[in-house]
Amino acid sequence: MAEPSGKLKEVRLTTPVRHEDLRRLELGDVVYLDGLIYTGRESVYKRVLQDGVAPPVDLKALTNVNFHCSPAASRNADGTFNVGAVTATASFRFSKWLPKWLEVSGAKVIVGKGGMSEQDYRDTFVPAGAVYLTTVGYGTGALLGRGIRRVRDAHWIDDLGIAQAMWVFEVERFGPLLVESDLDGNSLFERNNRIVNQGLARLYEGLKPPSLARYGETDDRRDELIG
Amino acid sequence: MAKAGIEIPDDYLHGIQAMASTESGDLSAFVLRAMLENWEAAKADRRPMCADTGVPRYYVKIGNEARVEGGPIELERRLRRATARATHDVPLRPNRVHPLSRRDNDNNVGINAPEIEYSFEPDADWIDVTTVHKGGLFGTDYRMLFPADGVDGIKRFYLDTLIAFGKRGLACQPAIVGIGLGGSKDTCMVLGKQAACLRVVGDRNPDPEIAALEDELKALGNSIGMGAMGFVGSSMVVDCHIEVGYTHTGGMPMSVHCFCLSSRRATARLHPDGRIEYRTDPEWFTPYLRRDTVEWQSPAASSKKSA
Repeated sequence: MAEPSGKLKEVRLTTPVRHEDLRRLELGDVVYLDGLIYTGRESVYKRVLQDGVAPPVDLKALTNVNFHCSPAASRNADGTFNVGAVTATASFRFSKWLPKWLEVSGAKVIVGKGGMSEQDYRDTFVPAGAVYLTTVGYGTGALLGRGIRRVRDAHWIDDLGIAQAMWVFEVERFGPLLVESDLDGNSLFERNNRIVNQGLARLYEGLKPPSLARYGETDDRRDELIG
Repeated sequence: MAKAGIEIPDDYLHGIQAMASTESGDLSAFVLRAMLENWEAAKADRRPMCADTGVPRYYVKIGNEARVEGGPIELERRLRRATARATHDVPLRPNRVHPLSRRDNDNNVGINAPEIEYSFEPDADWIDVTTVHKGGLFGTDYRMLFPADGVDGIKRFYLDTLIAFGKRGLACQPAIVGIGLGGSKDTCMVLGKQAACLRVVGDRNPDPEIAALEDELKALGNSIGMGAMGFVGSSMVVDCHIEVGYTHTGGMPMSVHCFCLSSRRATARLHPDGRIEYRTDPEWFTPYLRRDTVEWQSPAASSKKSA
């Protein structure tokens, strides 16, 4: 994680990202990307994986970085695009799509917000040789927007809309991103959560529980949606 | 809307600068420094600080002496047009979709969007238009508490909410946390959101008892052990604001709202002569809005009376 000086290690990765580069990543490293990345979230996943529509481009030949994002963008009169800021959307919602998506797309790097569960990493990411990079903040929309050199394509924008289209971006020093999962399936968030969880009981000490419990309520932190 | 989307308000900026200088968690401190750099980049490039436009909305305060040309219908027409134009021109992300069909008009305008809330002000001839872009998915919860639950119940629900949404930084903390206490269920939500979005960092409720609770809850939130993005640290709550409304005698409803690391708000005051003044403090909660009595007397009249 952090070096003793408190400084985080900085890494630049070029797409398509190679396995040996991923092998060197450590939790908490700060990553900047160069090359090509594409966006894909629920509507793209549903269309390809549920409705059986072929991806609009040969993803395996293009890049292996899938960004869970929708940009703040608009279309100019000449058909080009103006991209202002980009930030990620929370990835845990896409858990059910990812096993098949990693297989179909060949993605090795997922960039998003908030990470997935350690279980997802072990069940899905590790067998696929994939890692998760989290955006920072959230969100550093202007910094990430600066990293986009050009919009190469906005597939399916006419029917999926700006927010759900599959955008293909040429990026340079795109970041900062933090290594949230490594090739062994460890999670930076869960490592931090385990430390935070140790102090929670102390906070509730002496506070009497509410007179009416809510449906589904639990005081067991292990029962939460994501750990 | 462009101003709100691009320029971080000074009160929030100073709050985060202070937190960045005291945060001891390496990762949390790194995140705060990255955000400070991000706000610089947004201003320099004139691009939005965050791509998630949230659910853009307006708060309109109309002076009692103000007259709107074309009436309230024209006012709402202008605000809807301005939303569509800013969405294209800034650009802002067209977030608003139909909840079932997921239809996106690509302009942040649709059925009941953007929301427009109103309040009024005595002895004034201006109209204040405040725009707020607050995230729309995480960091907010509501609960019906009861008088017997007391301040313990308030603290527990506050902790529940911050811990649940703070993990992995889903609340995009450090946040301005707004709390609605009382009212009916719907006004409880409205008050809490207004407390988060329409009061500036450092502001305290004029009721000393409530102000003391604001201080206490701010400290409690920062003692959870969680910082930015849920990493180990102490930067969770930039400030805590509580607004109250008279409620059912048997209940004490409470709502919690986190106004995120991209706290976007801007206010324009429109004067009758066409002048427009911009500021970042909405000055939403006036003595008139918090009035506790049947009758209201303007400050001038009441000071005359007490003299």
